[in-house]
Amino acid sequence: MQTHDLEKNFQQKIDAEVKIEPKDWMPDAYRKNLIRQISQHAHSEVVGMLPEGNWITRAPSLRRKLILMAKVQDEAGHGLYLYSAAETLGAGRDDLVMDLLNGKAKYSSIFNYPTLTWADIGAIGWLVDGAAIMNQVMLTRTSYGPYARAMVRICKEESFHQRQGYEIMLTLAKGSPEQKAMAQDALDRWWWPSLMMFGPHDSESTHSEQSMKWKIKRKSNDELRQAFVDATVPQAELIGLKVPDPDLKWNEKRGHYDFGEINWNEFWNVVKGRGPCNKQRLDARRNAWENGAWVREAAMAYAEKKAARRMKQAGEEAA
Amino acid sequence: MNTDAALQRYLLQLGDNALILGHRLAEWCGHAPEMEIDMALTNMALDLTGQARALYQRLAELEGKGRTEDDIAYLRDAREFYNCLLVEQPNGDFAHSMARQFFFDAYNYALHKNLTQSSDEWLAGFATKALKEITYHLRFSSEWVLRLGDGTETSREKMQKAVDDLWMWRHEPNILSEAEEVLAKTGVIPHPDAIKAESEQKVADILTKATLTIPTDDWAQKGGKTGLHTEYLGYILAEMQFLQRAYPGLEW
Repeated sequence: MQTHDLEKNFQQKIDAEVKIEPKDWMPDAYRKNLIRQISQHAHSEVVGMLPEGNWITRAPSLRRKLILMAKVQDEAGHGLYLYSAAETLGAGRDDLVMDLLNGKAKYSSIFNYPTLTWADIGAIGWLVDGAAIMNQVMLTRTSYGPYARAMVRICKEESFHQRQGYEIMLTLAKGSPEQKAMAQDALDRWWWPSLMMFGPHDSESTHSEQSMKWKIKRKSNDELRQAFVDATVPQAELIGLKVPDPDLKWNEKRGHYDFGEINWNEFWNVVKGRGPCNKQRLDARRNAWENGAWVREAAMAYAEKKAARRMKQAGEEAA
Repeated sequence: MNTDAALQRYLLQLGDNALILGHRLAEWCGHAPEMEIDMALTNMALDLTGQARALYQRLAELEGKGRTEDDIAYLRDAREFYNCLLVEQPNGDFAHSMARQFFFDAYNYALHKNLTQSSDEWLAGFATKALKEITYHLRFSSEWVLRLGDGTETSREKMQKAVDDLWMWRHEPNILSEAEEVLAKTGVIPHPDAIKAESEQKVADILTKATLTIPTDDWAQKGGKTGLHTEYLGYILAEMQFLQRAYPGLEW
């Protein structure tokens, strides 16, 4: 078959909502686009362990400590499934990790902000996981089968995380004046970066149009952002916290909230590596990788020795 | 010390071991040599913190003073913690963390296996549940001692150094506190010789298989069971208890 016929068949499958599976023919650009997106998502899970991991040893009760550890562990698990999904496209996990460590691959910029108080753990669960879910629910219907299936499992755990985050905020909001102030401060600091998680406006987004055609994405950045604002503002009101946006207002005619403009300078700065924690986060991952090299090498050497001993033993038994 | 007081002190010993070792393991989260190791270490931290929680809840119930599990974990100072010194030692490199874990697991496994036969019904039930978790911990840590000991030249050196460095802390779990003396007499806890023999055998077997040299200096550094700790514990508590101390008496 000619390439253009293959491409036509491929697009017909997509249009007919047939999932693309690893062994199916796919355009090179589709494969590359997915590897980029899935590995970015995997890196985000792994880097995302750091800001929350920062509070495990200081969690204010044993119950909260257990919940937080389980959550961070879920994120490591999500990272692993996602690397596996990328591997079905022919990308090696170690290569993908190297792209992260040498700064070639991106991860979600939200994790370049610091977790300064306990309320930040609540805000991350509520807002950051809440924003991620908007995107991930859409991705359960993405055109690439293994990615869609990984998302189904991830979404279940994420919505649990989001509820737990909201519950931390609720507890703080109805607590002492200091706790309430802590919750408000966390909302003030995490609100705008959470809105930035959906990426640039549709008009500015480089990968969006093709991704929509291939049904990798099914909703635009701006649509998802609007859905997040609409879902989250009433949640803030319910616990008596104020969203830090003077332009935020319910628009009866649109049936949506209107909201203020994002500070795109800040967004691009953080993307380009100038956020408050970009260097720390990458350094932490690089240190883990480099300091762990001798451990991984030892495990390999041991496995080889063990296999050689087994071979020798089998040889002796046969003789 | 009467039996009730001894049992309460013993619950603290067990709970503090689990809490403090869980804290140390959690420090690895996001920084381990490999993602799978990261998950396993956090998993063990979860198990241990869960065990501490159950033990503190039981203690709170027995003493009936209205304390909660969190009061017990967050509102005591270093002199009122009764964990053994081994578990509060810093993570060091991965070999040090695995030596610490292995020494502790070898003891803890033998202990809980025997505790399932305790005359105290609650403790026997607790041990049965915890033993499943501790069995996995021991498998994980002994496998890593083997891999690192019998891996590369570098890993062998590091593993040997870790074993040597931590050796003096290894004996304390098997040296009885006053509370343990009382409880051993009444069958609440197993006879200490059985646990000691089993755990020492396990340590000797694994170190030998891992081609490591077993240290000969048997000096035992002790004090944890009477509340005399190393300088490390104060920093662990300063970190762990920060919020409860800075904002006393609140719900979180």
